[in-house]
Amino acid sequence: MQAAVKTQRRRSLSRFRRHTNTGHSRCFFAMDPVHACFKEKIGEVLLPGDVFSFRLPESGDGSVKTDKIICGPGLRRNGEEVQVCKSGILRHKPPNMYWIDSQQRRYVPAKGESVIGIVTAKSGDIFKVDVGGSEQASLSYLAFEGATKRNRPNVQVGDLVYGQFTIANKDMEPELVCIDSCGRANGMGVFGADGLLFKLSLGLVRRLLAPQSEIVKDLEKIFPFELVVGMNGRVWVKSKTVQQTLIMTNVLETCENMTSQQRQTLFKRVAEGSL
Amino acid sequence: MAKDGAAKLSKNLLRMKFMQRGLDAELKKQLDEEEKRIISDEHWFLDLPELKAKENYIIEERSYAPCEDLVFGRMSFRGFNPEVEKLMLLMNTHKEEEDDEEEDNVSRMETDITDEEMARRYESLVESMRKKFAKKRDRSAITKNKEDVNCDAVDNRPKKAFLKPQY
Repeated sequence: MQAAVKTQRRRSLSRFRRHTNTGHSRCFFAMDPVHACFKEKIGEVLLPGDVFSFRLPESGDGSVKTDKIICGPGLRRNGEEVQVCKSGILRHKPPNMYWIDSQQRRYVPAKGESVIGIVTAKSGDIFKVDVGGSEQASLSYLAFEGATKRNRPNVQVGDLVYGQFTIANKDMEPELVCIDSCGRANGMGVFGADGLLFKLSLGLVRRLLAPQSEIVKDLEKIFPFELVVGMNGRVWVKSKTVQQTLIMTNVLETCENMTSQQRQTLFKRVAEGSL
Repeated sequence: MAKDGAAKLSKNLLRMKFMQRGLDAELKKQLDEEEKRIISDEHWFLDLPELKAKENYIIEERSYAPCEDLVFGRMSFRGFNPEVEKLMLLMNTHKEEEDDEEEDNVSRMETDITDEEMARRYESLVESMRKKFAKKRDRSAITKNKEDVNCDAVDNRPKKAFLKPQY
């Protein structure tokens, strides 16, 4: 059915094109001035206070189909304008997602992100978890797989927990859960008997979690290890011996400001030296 | 029990779930509308013209995860933690399936246990069912032949049938 809809749209668009004389290739889209506004700045450095404003058709009837734009982190909607609120490079993901790629070390909780937290207190029905934000997050004891009122999860103060935010905004205390919407754990929950937890910058963490991350591919070649990456900048590493774990930690901390060449030479040296 | 027909039953009784299972969809709608009418007479409402909410075409997204397509955070390499490696495959192919939804990728259903495990379970299930319904004399034959991989050893002993006494 989707193929039929696509061809229908193409047919109607081609009819329109014959009647117009403008040079734009996609002139029928009312949102094209919007996309054009953004497109000239993709890949450029923007500063807080830069504004993208565009005039749109006033009457939003069904006659003109308005595409939606998704403003990612760093961009804010201000009435009918989009303002930049972080300094960084503008990135684009087709069809309609724009965001600012910036560096920071301080984490701000956002809904849907998976983070590593440290349990700091147990009070009644909830655990207080430190996630590195301005406030401690709360984690209900029922938010674990197979937990019921009688069957409490085995979580102690000081445990490491991998969970997702269900509520995370500036007005409320953030809430974590360790199950997904179907009630399955999917790898979340308490983890890690041994290993080492350390902190990285948020930009490096995102590079580690990128789909085809080169850093991760290079790290694989050194020795077998287990890694848990939280989007709040916290990383937990475990390897066969304590020495290997410490090597991994040092390597991850230093490879933030290296080019890929330098990183590969470093990893090669480590792999040879650690035999 | 009065057999005067449905008209004599009270409205509350008709509204109960077990009475509504036999109704048509139309009748259900009529009942719902009647109920709504009853409610709206008593409830207060604002006598304002209908205001259409302006559709927001700019959506704000606070997290980096959908922007950069970040993968699942738990990873294990070179077999250090096999459960985490299984999880990695599951979560990352699940994410790819979401992206490929437009291509009608319905080739494989998501399974909780792997195909091999299913085949193994089925094999042992067939064995145990066969044993359960086998006669006592055949049960020993089955356990003897279990060592064969293909289990196609034929039972060569003659079946014990009634032997007519020869005088």
